[in-house]
Amino acid sequence: MFGYYLDLALRSLKRNKVLTVLMVLAIAVGIGASMTTLTVMHLLSGDPLPGRSQHLFYPQVDPSSSPSQKQPFDVMDYRSAVDLWSAHRADRQALVAHATLKLRSPETNQPPLMAKTLATTSDFFPMFNVPFQYGSGWSADDDARNTRVVVISDDLNRKLFGGANSVGRTLQLKDSDVRIVGVLAPWRPSPVFYDVAGGRFSNGDTANFYGKPEDVYLPFGAGQDINPNSFEMFTCWGDDDGKHQQTSPCVWVALWVELDSATKASDYTSFLASYVAQQKSLGRFVHADDSRLMGLMQWLDFNRVVPSDVRLQMWLAFAFLAICLFNTVGLLLAKFLRRAGEIGVRRALGATRSAVFAQCLVEAGLIGVLGGIGGWLLTMLGLWLIRRQPVEYADLAHLDVAMFLSTFALAVVVSLLAGALPALRASRIAPALQLKTL
Amino acid sequence: MQTKLILAALRKHRLATLLIAMEIALACAVLCNACFMIANRLQLTRVNSGVDEKALAVLTLGGFDQAQPGDLNARVTAGLRAIPGMQSVSVINAVPFNEQGTNGGVTLDQAGKRFGGVVTFYTGGPGSFEALGLKLVAGRAPQTDDFQSMATFVPSDAQVVVSRTLAEHLWPGEDPLGKEFWCGGFHFRVMGVVAHMARPAAGEGGTGTIEWSVFVPTLPGHNLAGTYLLRADPADLPHVLRDAETAIAQIAPDVVLDHEGSRTVSDLRERYFRNDRVMAGMLLGVIAALLGVTALGIVGLASFWVAQRRKQIGIRRAIGATRGDILRYFQAENFLIVTFGIAFGMLLAYLLNAVLMKFYELPHLPLYYLPIGALSLWVLGQLAVLGPALRAAAVSPVVATRSV
Repeated sequence: MFGYYLDLALRSLKRNKVLTVLMVLAIAVGIGASMTTLTVMHLLSGDPLPGRSQHLFYPQVDPSSSPSQKQPFDVMDYRSAVDLWSAHRADRQALVAHATLKLRSPETNQPPLMAKTLATTSDFFPMFNVPFQYGSGWSADDDARNTRVVVISDDLNRKLFGGANSVGRTLQLKDSDVRIVGVLAPWRPSPVFYDVAGGRFSNGDTANFYGKPEDVYLPFGAGQDINPNSFEMFTCWGDDDGKHQQTSPCVWVALWVELDSATKASDYTSFLASYVAQQKSLGRFVHADDSRLMGLMQWLDFNRVVPSDVRLQMWLAFAFLAICLFNTVGLLLAKFLRRAGEIGVRRALGATRSAVFAQCLVEAGLIGVLGGIGGWLLTMLGLWLIRRQPVEYADLAHLDVAMFLSTFALAVVVSLLAGALPALRASRIAPALQLKTL
Repeated sequence: MQTKLILAALRKHRLATLLIAMEIALACAVLCNACFMIANRLQLTRVNSGVDEKALAVLTLGGFDQAQPGDLNARVTAGLRAIPGMQSVSVINAVPFNEQGTNGGVTLDQAGKRFGGVVTFYTGGPGSFEALGLKLVAGRAPQTDDFQSMATFVPSDAQVVVSRTLAEHLWPGEDPLGKEFWCGGFHFRVMGVVAHMARPAAGEGGTGTIEWSVFVPTLPGHNLAGTYLLRADPADLPHVLRDAETAIAQIAPDVVLDHEGSRTVSDLRERYFRNDRVMAGMLLGVIAALLGVTALGIVGLASFWVAQRRKQIGIRRAIGATRGDILRYFQAENFLIVTFGIAFGMLLAYLLNAVLMKFYELPHLPLYYLPIGALSLWVLGQLAVLGPALRAAAVSPVVATRSV
């Protein structure tokens, strides 16, 4: 029966080509716009570490002495971060601080460049599933001894060494020699989650969270030796003389911890509370109730990482799809009811209401499939347009299998939804009335 | 006269009428709000930076110790001034739209109780104030004696120039000259007010605070080095900047030129507002597609109704209706449907605006957007229905006699 209905649907669509094209086009444009924005949304709001994100947590404390502070800072001061890190109370823990340092490659003939550098600790790589192409990260021992080793990104390795295995080579970072111990495979976390902070101060303009990760990674202690007092600050709550960053009233070090079970997470929360209480009793902290432990996804939500423009585009696209839907419902209704005579004959010959309903739905579904193909092409066009935009996440805009399938699913669902009401009306046509007027 | 007739006919097609009216209502709501957002975005991009954008460029260097720049400033300024076409070279920490610069929360009392907001501090060396071309509206411009050496990020006690917007924000209705403010232990006294001075980036206060800037006359040296303000004739500027970039390799071989950060201020402005323009363009595209789809819907439905009513049209023609009557009938019918849609659409537009205001930095939808939106939908409806209506008018009276 389905094959017969399909044949009927095709004939009906061919009968009024202009109208068919209009309906297919309306669905295609609506689907294209919605799927383009939905794909971007899906890419930007997804879990950057599926399967691991639920074990990653971001502790925060409030070392400020000012009374106006209502919640902890987005990152930590040096002492709190290092205290908590060296307590080793989590399964894994990584410190994170940023700098942009002059990088020279004495072994190759390249001009010096400024490299985005991340000072971190050895757990960073296993904790965040960072993929290696050559070599590996450094050891906990290297952290302790401030060994001057670095891990470099695939991008930098291509730029300096043409993509060859550069493990064991020496680079000059600021004024110090450092040895390469590892080269990352291409790695593009979306967003660069371990750097996310301060999202609530950016007025929705958070596209920069989706840039490329750093080019150089080195042990935190070695970073302190190589680049003393010059790491990027998040903010200061008091006057900073710029000469003693480690004791300054400024926050600039972030700490990530991995806690593999809910019990450990609650244990860590109490550990954090006891640390803060202890610091208060020592007189270093004023606020004891301002500590917080958020999960990775919760932290991303808190920072509203998805740029507000992207959200706006998505809602706009869906409003547009709704208009396309109304449009299709209206056209299908007119189309089905115009065939009242035909339907009346079918009913009189014994077709049930549900048979008529099914026939109409098949026609609507066929329009949906055609619209889906058009929508898929328009989605590809839309994503191509986004890749040409000067936004940080431009290179991420590709259609994955899930979104490809959702395109057709959405198109068919939309057209069936659009077809349901007209089909229902058509199936309720009284045969006797129609036969009379024939 | 016809209205009753039309309403009676529409009652027969309640569902289709309702659908097309709803489509128009949605279109009306989205149209009004999208137009409003476009206007908003475009207004943002028209911020007056207060500086001679076309004559200015910035050159950014990295890879040296900010705390001990040595003679870098002297070498670079001397070297760059030798470039033909260069009118002036001065040291500054940031320029409008280059998204760098130093922000700090200021207070109106020394104890730090009366918070004034987070502002940008421009620290500029001798010559930079004149080079920027800021327009003084009160007080005086920085003199040689006003330039003091840097404490950490600003001099510890300085005479400063503020923008008019910031002055009105900090001291509404008062004369800002001589007024004081603090940022932690740093003390500032206002010596001049300029008409406009945009920040390097709007920052946490949102787009409304784009002009909250303070110009602090500062002697170049530690923590003020590596960013240079170049001024040249607008026609020469691109090649002057290019020459300056090449000259750096000889002047200071030990530093790294930041290509991304070395641009003309017009370029920086273009880049800064690019997202807003892209968004405005996208909204415009959505509006066009929206109107197109709505028009197609009207054309489609009207065509069907015309085809369906051929016989009735024929009968009406046969009993005396003119072509004009038939044409006007379909036009009036469309006008009625669109009017229903618009009435509901205005309500929707206001609801949508309320939602947008909650999540985005948007003011109230001004009332005049509603009649403009309504008018454009009426025009769209009439244009869309014209084709089918003309076809209806062309139905010959003889149809009435057929297949009865």
